[in-house]
Amino acid sequence: MMPTRRGDGRIAFAYLAPALLVLAGLMGYPVYQLVLISLFDYGQEQVSGGAPLAFLGLGNYTKLLSQDRFWAVLGQTVGFAAVCVAGTLLVGAVLAVLATRVRTWARMTLFLAALGAWATPAVAGSTIWLFLFDANFGFVNEVLGTTGFSWTYDKWVAFGLVAAQVVWCSFPFVMVTLYAGIKSIPGEVLEAAALDGASTVKTATSVILPLLRPLLIVVTIQSVIWDFKVFTQIYVMTGGGGIAGRNLVLNVYAYQQAFAASEYGLGAAIGVVMTVLLLAVTVGYLRALRRSGEVL
Amino acid sequence: MTPRGVAEAVTVVIAAVVAFPLYWMVLTALKPEAEVISADPRPWTLAPTLDSFVRALTVQSFGRYLLNSIVVAVVVVLLSLLISFLAATALTRFRFRGRTTLLIMLLVVQMVPVEALTIPLFFLMRSVRDVAPVFGLNHLGSLVLVHLAFSLPFAIWMLRGFVAAVPAELEEAATLDGASRFRFLWQVLFPLVAPGLVATSVLSFIHAWNDFLFAKTFIISAAENQTLPLALQVFVKPDQNDWGAIMAGSTLMTIPVLVFFILVQRRLVAGLAGAVKS
Repeated sequence: MMPTRRGDGRIAFAYLAPALLVLAGLMGYPVYQLVLISLFDYGQEQVSGGAPLAFLGLGNYTKLLSQDRFWAVLGQTVGFAAVCVAGTLLVGAVLAVLATRVRTWARMTLFLAALGAWATPAVAGSTIWLFLFDANFGFVNEVLGTTGFSWTYDKWVAFGLVAAQVVWCSFPFVMVTLYAGIKSIPGEVLEAAALDGASTVKTATSVILPLLRPLLIVVTIQSVIWDFKVFTQIYVMTGGGGIAGRNLVLNVYAYQQAFAASEYGLGAAIGVVMTVLLLAVTVGYLRALRRSGEVL
Repeated sequence: MTPRGVAEAVTVVIAAVVAFPLYWMVLTALKPEAEVISADPRPWTLAPTLDSFVRALTVQSFGRYLLNSIVVAVVVVLLSLLISFLAATALTRFRFRGRTTLLIMLLVVQMVPVEALTIPLFFLMRSVRDVAPVFGLNHLGSLVLVHLAFSLPFAIWMLRGFVAAVPAELEEAATLDGASRFRFLWQVLFPLVAPGLVATSVLSFIHAWNDFLFAKTFIISAAENQTLPLALQVFVKPDQNDWGAIMAGSTLMTIPVLVFFILVQRRLVAGLAGAVKS
């Protein structure tokens, strides 16, 4: 931190002004609008100006919360995100450890493959996976000898396929970050542990893990946030939410309500509910950062 | 085999599995059409052809969409670098009232689901159209604005650590040498936080490049302003997908990001480690 000088506040404000302008206009104002829209009966007629806006108060919310559909989608969203987060962290962590145990050429091979998966745009990645698992022309069915089997028909099989795709494209971030974290542990610390006669397991659990804890918290929470908001994969792989909307998650549900069913008010209400849920996660994140010594 | 030999063999097998979808993408793009829709797909082809690429580029004018995607992503990256660098500097090197609140706000806005915000943003862009058409619906400017807004909080948060890591003594020395605050900012600080800038630009680039939702929602009636992810969907048909063209398009879409990643990978790893450590 620099020593305070005269005019600091003004200069700081000048530096911040562009960011504040963009964020206030394109995040702050829309968030306010989102809440506002969620309080109205906002449909196609209101959008085109054919009918006046009707204030519903919490009407959209009571309608939403009384729907079995909403609770089912909420449950699916949480379950789906949990599976994706667990898979991503497990694969990422195991491969990060593996990467520290092999010579450079093997590590580079793995990292290049992972960079490839990471770099693949979600739409392209989703489409590739769909084709690999295609009922008639898919390589996977050919190998398994299950030609004709549709991986996107059964609700849970379809969710599983999408989750696998999500793990495929998001484990590289976890792997690279944890690998960098493990490598940044000073050699002396590990040597000291070895001199004290600590076993590999003991070193891992009482030396490496505590040092990696802040990092693990960051990647976990980031994954939670990302996977709770998965949109493209579900949208592309299940054709907009699956047969009869069986594979909907909150995000896609909100979008469909607004733009496909022209129920903008209801869609906005789903968005607000999601934001509140994610804010709860954020509070947890901030607490974890504080506890791990991060100074704001 | 030695334990390390076993670990290396396992690593290579895993790398092959991870890379397989990409191999399949390129292979399918190069296969003749009859092989693509064969009920007995083989992991190689004896008759590679560029037909699918030609179809993707001509039928769907991928070239135009590619250019649009590049324009949006490059403008977003440049603007976001500039704005986030200034903001990160303000947040780490100055003390002022409301600093902590601002930092928390930056974290909080990252939690707002983008998909829900498309609803108000759609209405906002519709009204912007009447005032400044380039930033309204159907124009690339609308995409630039929203991607800029969504990549800024993360970019600022990430750069903060890098700016903070530059010792204050450097600034004092520069000031003693008579450098203005502005000169210090661009000639000393900016180059020093390069790894952070690289990591930040990669993330902003991917963000803008991968976007499917905003392009789908905002560019409704101006096909010439579509971006790549949307163009792919045109080959998806209810009766019979043109898988060859889809995979050729996916390949064209993935290559720029992959090249970018490979160019910066060392700095990216350093950047991620730095951001997390700080």
